[in-house]
Amino acid sequence: MRLTEQFERGLDAPICLTWELTYACNLACVHCLSSSGRRDPRELSTAECKAVIDELQRMQVFYVNVGGGEPTVRPDFWELLDYAIARDVGVKFSTNGVRIGKTEARRLAATDYVDVQVSLDGADAVINDAVRGEGSYDMARRALDALASEGFQNPKISVVVTRQNAGQLDDFKALADSYGATLRLTRLRPSGRGADTWDELHPTAQQQRDLYQWLLTAGEDVLTGDSFFHLSALGEKLPGLNLCGAGRVVCLIDPIGDVYACPFVLHEQFKAGSVRDAGGFTDVWRSSELFRELREPGSAGACGSCGSYDACRGGCMAAKFFTGLPLDGPDPECVLGHGEAALLAVAAGSAPIPGPGHSRRSLPLSVM
Amino acid sequence: MTFDPQQRWQLSSSVALRPEPFGALAYHFGNRRLTFLKTPLLVTIVRSLAEQPSARAAVVAAGVPEQQQSHYERALAALADAEVLTCA
Repeated sequence: MRLTEQFERGLDAPICLTWELTYACNLACVHCLSSSGRRDPRELSTAECKAVIDELQRMQVFYVNVGGGEPTVRPDFWELLDYAIARDVGVKFSTNGVRIGKTEARRLAATDYVDVQVSLDGADAVINDAVRGEGSYDMARRALDALASEGFQNPKISVVVTRQNAGQLDDFKALADSYGATLRLTRLRPSGRGADTWDELHPTAQQQRDLYQWLLTAGEDVLTGDSFFHLSALGEKLPGLNLCGAGRVVCLIDPIGDVYACPFVLHEQFKAGSVRDAGGFTDVWRSSELFRELREPGSAGACGSCGSYDACRGGCMAAKFFTGLPLDGPDPECVLGHGEAALLAVAAGSAPIPGPGHSRRSLPLSVM
Repeated sequence: MTFDPQQRWQLSSSVALRPEPFGALAYHFGNRRLTFLKTPLLVTIVRSLAEQPSARAAVVAAGVPEQQQSHYERALAALADAEVLTCA
């Protein structure tokens, strides 16, 4: 059996998982996949988080991608970071930079097994701040400056590719090089608040083809979190596993401990269980009905007659789900154009609504 | 580093192996790279390296059929290249 087929049938433990520590965030990015803003009062306590880390150590999950919300606004963020690293659970965390000053940068530089990903969605303030909010570009640059001045080696600059920034790939690479950083590009999903902005933000078909060529040239110098495997239908495979790992080799733990198939499917239909259940995370991973189903050999459905199915595997489950497309059909951004045709058949308003949302409410009129 | 199968090799102290149905995942805590050991037999060989006088001896001792030995030596060379193995 090929290795990718083994992966599609699931592993005893995830290769890595995403763990969103809080729904609280100082920003309100228009494409936020977890609709973050307000902290949820049910978020895992410090002791519960440590128990999850103990489990991850027992399962030999070698690293977690920590995000949010903005994870560094949790008061116990640094305590949990140290706790995980001391137990051989490496941490890659994503941040908008709000709490990364010189003191924190010095601390990070002195810590092994920690990776820092600073999010930027434009190579200049105009394009970035339109998506991430006023002042967010300068904030990210200040964090990168602090990391550089305190000697933190090889941070990551993490970019969600959009229609507005797709022409800036060389600029992003130059910026990363100037910091001794690695560029990480990931795919925009119609998840969370991204469901409302996807139509305006997702790259055009031509931009996808250009991105594909750019990624082939960049090779392993640019990280992608394997997120552009749908582009492999254009020909040569991109570096990485080229498969949807949801519930098979990856999953998501949300701030209240709910376990979802991947970071991009925060919706009841893709909730496998909770780390607070009796068997903990281990039992959810190994025995949940949802994950078992995802590990069954899938049907190619409407893609079955397409010669490129072996390359793209039908694309991204989350992208299909939140645009109202059937899961056993083409990705909405199918590079052969099958997605656009399928989208025409989706009745207006029938796409599932992402949840649970934690967007900040605007002030009610009565208190103004 | 060039891989010499006549030399003694061992699993790097920075690498952890996680058993899986297909073989094992090898994670290097230093360069954070994940490598796949694609057969259980390869995992047995890697685990036995430190006790064997050479990589070739480890392949033979694990009972690899003669016609597959060069295949396994190439797999070990790739692991050495990925810094999963170090010279003992």
